[in-house]
Amino acid sequence: MLVTRSLRKSPFGTTLPARPGGYAGTMTEPQPGIRPPAGPRPHPVPALAIRGLAKRFGGKIAVDGISLDVPAGSFYGIVGPNGAGKTTTLSMATGLLRPDFGTALVHGVDVWARPLEATKLMGILTDGVRLFDRLTGEQLVSYAGLLRGMDKDVVSARVAELLAALDLSADAGTLVVDYSAGMTKKIALASALIHAPRLLVLDEPFESVDPVSAANIRDILDRYVESGGTVIVSSHVMDLVQRMCDHVAVVAGGRLLAAGTVEEVRAGASLEDRFVQLVGGRSRTEGLEWLRTF
Amino acid sequence: MVAHLLRLKWTLLRNSLRRSPWQLLGLIIGGLYALGIAGFFCVALVLLRTADLELARTVVVLGGSAALLGWGTVPVIASSADMTLDPARFTTAAVPTPQLLTGLALGGLIGIPGIATTLVALATVVTWSRGAPAAAAAVAGAGLGVLMCIVLSKVVTTATAGLASSRRFKDVSALAFMVPLMLMGPIVAFVAQGAAGSAGFLTELAGILAWTPAGAAWSIGADTAAGQYGPAVLKLLIATASLAGLAWCWKMLLEHALVTPPFTAGGRKRAGRMGLFGVLPATPTGAITARALTYWIRDPRYSGSLVVIPLLPVLLFFQASQTGDYGVLAVIGPLAAFLLAWSISADVSYDNTAFALHLASGVRGIQDRLGRALACLSFAFPIVLVFSVGPFFVTGEWEWLPALLGLSLGVLFTGLGLASVISARYTVAVPLPGDSPFKKPPGNVAQTMAVQFGGMGVLLVLVLPEAALVVAQSVTGSMVPGWINLVLGPALGLLLFAIGVRLGGKWLDARGPELLAQLSVNR
Repeated sequence: MLVTRSLRKSPFGTTLPARPGGYAGTMTEPQPGIRPPAGPRPHPVPALAIRGLAKRFGGKIAVDGISLDVPAGSFYGIVGPNGAGKTTTLSMATGLLRPDFGTALVHGVDVWARPLEATKLMGILTDGVRLFDRLTGEQLVSYAGLLRGMDKDVVSARVAELLAALDLSADAGTLVVDYSAGMTKKIALASALIHAPRLLVLDEPFESVDPVSAANIRDILDRYVESGGTVIVSSHVMDLVQRMCDHVAVVAGGRLLAAGTVEEVRAGASLEDRFVQLVGGRSRTEGLEWLRTF
Repeated sequence: MVAHLLRLKWTLLRNSLRRSPWQLLGLIIGGLYALGIAGFFCVALVLLRTADLELARTVVVLGGSAALLGWGTVPVIASSADMTLDPARFTTAAVPTPQLLTGLALGGLIGIPGIATTLVALATVVTWSRGAPAAAAAVAGAGLGVLMCIVLSKVVTTATAGLASSRRFKDVSALAFMVPLMLMGPIVAFVAQGAAGSAGFLTELAGILAWTPAGAAWSIGADTAAGQYGPAVLKLLIATASLAGLAWCWKMLLEHALVTPPFTAGGRKRAGRMGLFGVLPATPTGAITARALTYWIRDPRYSGSLVVIPLLPVLLFFQASQTGDYGVLAVIGPLAAFLLAWSISADVSYDNTAFALHLASGVRGIQDRLGRALACLSFAFPIVLVFSVGPFFVTGEWEWLPALLGLSLGVLFTGLGLASVISARYTVAVPLPGDSPFKKPPGNVAQTMAVQFGGMGVLLVLVLPEAALVVAQSVTGSMVPGWINLVLGPALGLLLFAIGVRLGGKWLDARGPELLAQLSVNR
């Protein structure tokens, strides 16, 4: 479950050239250093099961056949360089972008066959979409709750608690359009949490969030995972993922390079070094001599 | 460096066209439109070559001053429509100011308005080619005039950029400009009447403007052609000095703007103001209605169209008072019904990618459709009632009331139903959230026009029964068709409304992700 093999053939029939990290698109053996898991699985039904998701935008293949199991109760990090296909994969897994190939199951519910059922189980923070920002922060989070058909009193109680937890109470009545980037991120997170989902999918949740708020959010997420929830975060801050997550998947060029527990994937090295090794693309540091001549 | 900036502008323009062939088609249509207008002016100016010198002078000076006025005001109204070469983006590039200014000014020429203005300005050279000195003077005048247009627009955009970056200023100014724009017709008619009253008025006005920075550049050619070299030299000095003054203002403003980035002001407000969310039922549909109504009030892109509605009677009343035929007032009801119902035909496009929240929350299509339609209906229904009944207090032709009231309600309900279907399936190019309602929307203009006109065509077909009954009353003179219409209009309208909301909801359920993907293209 925790080991991923690259597909023999991508849905688009492409093959990737060998990478400096030792990865080749047609490889069928597990990555060195990643061993099959030992012991019984804690939850038989994964919180999110992705099978062969693929998406092409015009001539560009954004996601080239990704399969992944996110165990229930895990804190799962998805890392990858810019343009790796993280956002596209998560959009397809959460029902926002229809895949060209593949399926996604949330706690066994097919996202694309039974979308209304699947969205009930998920809370989604999407990167790069707008919010209804002419509402006040309080109104926006309540709106997200009411759209889910929640009870009015429950919504208003939860909104107050969420805003307090995310340090937004003082700005609850301010229009979201006047929020800073970090505050906007936090209010979007609150909108994703309001209905107490079983699975949280957070795309770049810590971008432009200040360190204190980020620590608060981490606490909230840790407690959420402790009580049985599942969190998927995408990020390119390796330190954060290594500290916060128990599982990690490395995505690059629209493909899955490695997946498993953080210990398995990093194989003794730091996650960042392992990531660079897997993804490749580190340029030699020779050259740029002129930069030292001032 | 100047060549670099020009090449950058050109590359930006070309790349913006690469995004889709529709964009190219939109530019071609826009270009042809501008070319048509510019061509008309050019031909007129060429013909003026043989006209009376005083007449030619009046036309060129007034036209030139009007162009300057346009370049000075349009950027404010349209929230600086062209910011592809936003000076703020060059802050860190350390471009020497003179080169930056020259590059940005010449870059302003690349684009439809710049090219059109240049063409028309060059046509004035033909008007004054009544001798070598006059032609040479006209070339200088045209050059100075065009440069003044561009530099003035830069001064205005830079000066308002600081102000305009405050959201409240943007919201208010967009609405404030809507009113004079709507009343443009009556204002122009009024001015024209005044002008016709005193024949010498325009000539006098041109004479005065020619001595001001506004018209000086445009009258150099005329003065030279008339052999008045003294005034011509003076006006050349006035124009050059004004251009230099404007350029200096621009330089100062730009240097100031580059070191003071815009900031957003606004106090912090605590919780407890739920607005309409506290009033309307706490269901998905109720919440969507509350959200939509909040946007009708707070978003200038929506409230802009609400400002237009009260001006409708004013416009039509003015029209009627010109012709003396007050019967035309009866159109207000159906017209307002159409405008209001049609205003939600681009509702999802106005949401832009914020629509993802509906998709992620598992909102059912019919809840989405109904919520938006009810929001519009909640204020459109009383407005249409008032506008349908009101005119008859003026005209007194009460026998038409049932027929026209039926037509208005039919148009309102049918339009809302159709708009619910259209906005569930097609996206159109609209100003982005936070942009001025006047701003040229990104995205394909051609598809927008196809969807809008196609939709209106369908609406016309759908309300044919009601329209036919109005015609029947006017042919037979009997009130029976009118009374039938009063029943049929709302009944048929409500039926189509229900069908539209259901069908739109079904389409939305089936194609929500595709709709979101279309929306993400323009953001």
